[in-house]
Amino acid sequence: MATEPLTEEVAGSCVDSYGSAIGMPQLCFDWFPNQIFWLVITLVVIFLVLSRVALPRIAAILAERQGTITNDLAAAEDLKAKAVEAEEAYNKALADARAEAQRIAAEARAEIQAGLDDAIAKADAEIAAKAAESEKAIAEIRAGALESIQVVAKDTAAELVTALGGEADAKAIASAVDAQSKG
Amino acid sequence: MATETTAAEGSSLVFHPMDQFIVKPLFGGEIAWYTPTNVTLWLFLAIAAIFALLVLSTSKRAIVPTRMQSVAELAYGFIYKMLEDICGKEGVKYFPYVMTLFMFIVCANFLGMIPMSFTTTSHFAVTIPLALSVFLTVTVLGFVKNGAGFLGLFWVSSAPLALRPVLAIIELISYFVRPVSHSIRLAGNVMAGHAVIKVFAGFAAIAAISPVSVLAITAMYGLEVLVSFIQAYVFTILTCVYLKDALHPSH
Repeated sequence: MATEPLTEEVAGSCVDSYGSAIGMPQLCFDWFPNQIFWLVITLVVIFLVLSRVALPRIAAILAERQGTITNDLAAAEDLKAKAVEAEEAYNKALADARAEAQRIAAEARAEIQAGLDDAIAKADAEIAAKAAESEKAIAEIRAGALESIQVVAKDTAAELVTALGGEADAKAIASAVDAQSKG
Repeated sequence: MATETTAAEGSSLVFHPMDQFIVKPLFGGEIAWYTPTNVTLWLFLAIAAIFALLVLSTSKRAIVPTRMQSVAELAYGFIYKMLEDICGKEGVKYFPYVMTLFMFIVCANFLGMIPMSFTTTSHFAVTIPLALSVFLTVTVLGFVKNGAGFLGLFWVSSAPLALRPVLAIIELISYFVRPVSHSIRLAGNVMAGHAVIKVFAGFAAIAAISPVSVLAITAMYGLEVLVSFIQAYVFTILTCVYLKDALHPSH
């Protein structure tokens, strides 16, 4: 604080000779014009700075941020939809693959079945052929045996007739044997 | 008032709580209306602070804001929302004006919290023009927007007919008291806090009391920081309320 007495002009009506305030400096009307003048200048400057530069700029920043956020949200929504789509496609592909696999399995099964049927038929035919051949052979053998029996029977009959002192008539014996063997 | 407290001239206690409000010329000489004074200095510092806060901090126009930029955006959003909530969409037109008042008062108040600084908003010479400008703006705007309908503000149509003239007088008085209360509230709060801090600081000269004094100054300082913001807020919100009256005068 200034302690040395000031000259009367500087001290004035609001400040005493020691540089201290007389009463409230707020009520010193000598200073009002000065304060109001500089206040008006200050307010005008602040108003111009705010309305010309600061506020439009901040408004633009806020709008831009809002836009960015909206865009990002929309993009996220898009990506989400795409992800859902991709999942659906994946599921569809999976189902398709499963169906295809089933189809291929069924086809393979049918093919195998066809081959099997073919083989069975061929085997059956072969078996039938073999059986027929065997039957034929058996019939032949049977016929051969019948003939042999007739020959043996005729011979035996002729011998018997001769042994009994008869005259063996070959024709009669043959017809008799035939008649007997047919009977 | 302040000089009386120095009565104990012989003791170590010397109180000059009001000396911090003295207007001094920066370069000596008489104080004429154009003289650069400490008022000029601190008003210009307020301009600088506002410029740094709202213009420099937003110069990068970052989508992801820096700290200072988000403070600027918060201040913008705070006042914008206040104005929109109270006055509606029509009030948004006056946003630069309200923002100017708020930023000036809040910056001047906080600059005044710097030790040894000069608090411009503690002077009636500063707050009365602010309040008067609001009062005149609102009155002129009210008549321009609503014509004679603005007088409906004083005619309480919801009251019984017999009471209305009485209420009109009360409303009229309260309307004209607005700039007085508006300005004295701000200057009074700021001045009182600063003066009290100065008085506590005077007690610090006594060694035994000085710890208490320092604690009290600290507590008062915290309170004054609150008051700095709250008074700026109150001044602005009242401006919005008065503006609403001008835009929608019906009760």
